[in-house]
Amino acid sequence: MPRQFPRKPTSRGVKPLPRDSVPFMPANKFNGYTDYGIGIGLRIPHYDHILSRKPTVDWFEIISENFMVDGGRPLEVLDQILAQYRVVQHGVALYFGSADGPNREHLRRLKTLTKRTKTPWLSDHLCWGSVDGTYSHDLLPMPYTRAAAKRTAENIRMVRDYLELPIAVENVSSYTEFHVSEMTEWEFLTEVVELADCGILLDVNNIYVSSKNHGFNPYDYVDNVPHHRVAQMHIAGHTKFEKYILDTHDHPVLDPVWKLYAHAIKLCGVTATLLEWDDKIPSFDEVHNEALKAHEFIAEAREAKIPAPRSGLARGRARPLGAPRT
Amino acid sequence: MKRAANKARPARRSGPTPFAPAQVSSTGELADLQRAMWRVISRPLTDDSRMQPRWSDGRPTSAVAKQIAKPNDRLTSFERLEIYNRMYWFRVLDSLYDDCPGLRAVLGDKKFIALAEAYLVKCPSISFTLRNLPSRLAQFIRQYPRYTRPHTALCHDLARFEWARVEVFDTAANPLFTVNDLLDIPAARQGRLKLALQPYLQLLRLDHPVDDFILAVKQREAELLRGDASNAPSARRRLRERKVTLPRRARTYVAVHRLEGQIYFKRLEPAAYRILIALRGGATLEQALATGIPRAKHSRADWAGRVQDWFRNWMELGWLCRR
Repeated sequence: MPRQFPRKPTSRGVKPLPRDSVPFMPANKFNGYTDYGIGIGLRIPHYDHILSRKPTVDWFEIISENFMVDGGRPLEVLDQILAQYRVVQHGVALYFGSADGPNREHLRRLKTLTKRTKTPWLSDHLCWGSVDGTYSHDLLPMPYTRAAAKRTAENIRMVRDYLELPIAVENVSSYTEFHVSEMTEWEFLTEVVELADCGILLDVNNIYVSSKNHGFNPYDYVDNVPHHRVAQMHIAGHTKFEKYILDTHDHPVLDPVWKLYAHAIKLCGVTATLLEWDDKIPSFDEVHNEALKAHEFIAEAREAKIPAPRSGLARGRARPLGAPRT
Repeated sequence: MKRAANKARPARRSGPTPFAPAQVSSTGELADLQRAMWRVISRPLTDDSRMQPRWSDGRPTSAVAKQIAKPNDRLTSFERLEIYNRMYWFRVLDSLYDDCPGLRAVLGDKKFIALAEAYLVKCPSISFTLRNLPSRLAQFIRQYPRYTRPHTALCHDLARFEWARVEVFDTAANPLFTVNDLLDIPAARQGRLKLALQPYLQLLRLDHPVDDFILAVKQREAELLRGDASNAPSARRRLRERKVTLPRRARTYVAVHRLEGQIYFKRLEPAAYRILIALRGGATLEQALATGIPRAKHSRADWAGRVQDWFRNWMELGWLCRR
């Protein structure tokens, strides 16, 4: 087996299209009614390039935990970025699905950071990662049960009420399934976001990776989530091994993921999108060129004049829990 | 009161207690499942980086894994959980590996990994950020010297020093104390002035000159990187074989500080260290000087010039801040 582990978000640069050419951006309450276009992750190897050359980028996604500090270079860089760019916070350690519930010190630091960045929405993962105060620093999969969904939704509401910001939860890639699960992942995601009344950060690469690892049709997943709740999308590269796929974020986006993304854009409308590249990070320009590809799919959706999906009318609205599977 | 007949009580289950819950229909059962999975994935790997085949009670780990994870057509329950087990250890060990170049240089990779693994078993992360992973390493080294013998004292110093580097990088900075602030204070009251030190400033009293050692380690790493880029295999081999000489025991006072985002080390005279420690403890300027300067060794005039130089330098480096 490779000495490799999944990475978290990365970056890229994109030139924004003129605002008047973006008529169908599904700004919704889950992304703070914004139309942010294509963003890139703010990563250390690109700091010098960004700060010296000031490339045109719609927005940067930052990993919240990297900036939840009291001073030093991280905040100095962030302040320089904030002076020129829009920033959205993406977290990796809120662990909405942990039975423990949110950590107060974490929330306090997170809120301080949101005041600094003025992030219009905040995302983190639909997963757990800590138990009894001990942290795994991993995005561990949830058991898909109603009790777990209820607890997760309570945690999301707690975070949202404390931070006073729209929350979007991201589906994670996973490598195992639990005996105790009572529903599919997309049913669980739907149950959670409906109970919490929050948004979705739809990671199409994660859907693809999990579909291969667990043997489901990724299009079923994309078709069956509540599209009107999709606040943002992630795309990324992954690595195939003999018996499973690992979400490594160290490659360009693969064709099947682009196709799935195109499909998701058709269902959700033009959505704020971020390319993740977190390991073996190439030059800013190389990442930039990869992210620019998303514009091709967004342009198609734009030409098709897809209206923003509405609650209950979205194609593939998940069946109510308890309803028989067809 | 007599207890009612036992017939209403469920029969006690025979056999071992289930490792993981058979259902998750409450937050308590969710916590139980998460605890069970955490126990599996946080268990140390074998020497060849695989999940241990036997559980702590002697049964096959596969029997434990089966209670948690479903197999699929390619992977068993054991193999699916092994992915997480390996990812956990690779992640946390890599993080410590990056944070502790000095410890690695003293112990070598194999002993360092053994130390790191034992540390993480005893002190798993209790923070949302990997930044804090080495925070208890110095204490662990002192408490469990067997992982660092015969260099325990040196390793203890290095763990403190390397943690100070983490702390100094992103701890808060307060507004600088300037000469203008001093001008606002009448001369008669300046002795009772309480100066504050920047929160990020780390002051260390060490038993080894590990600041020089770390610089030598960094220099060697840079040479190795340059060597890797060259086509001369013999030069690369010579570089790999050349180890940095371990420092001898010598009382050393060091400030770890930052300037324009970069981390620096500055050797301190013992008296300067004592003055800074007293200031940090809330002493007035007068008290700090009295604490720091030895009484009979030199005349006051000898000290005056040195102390002035220190304070001028500390002001230039931005160590003094407003309360």
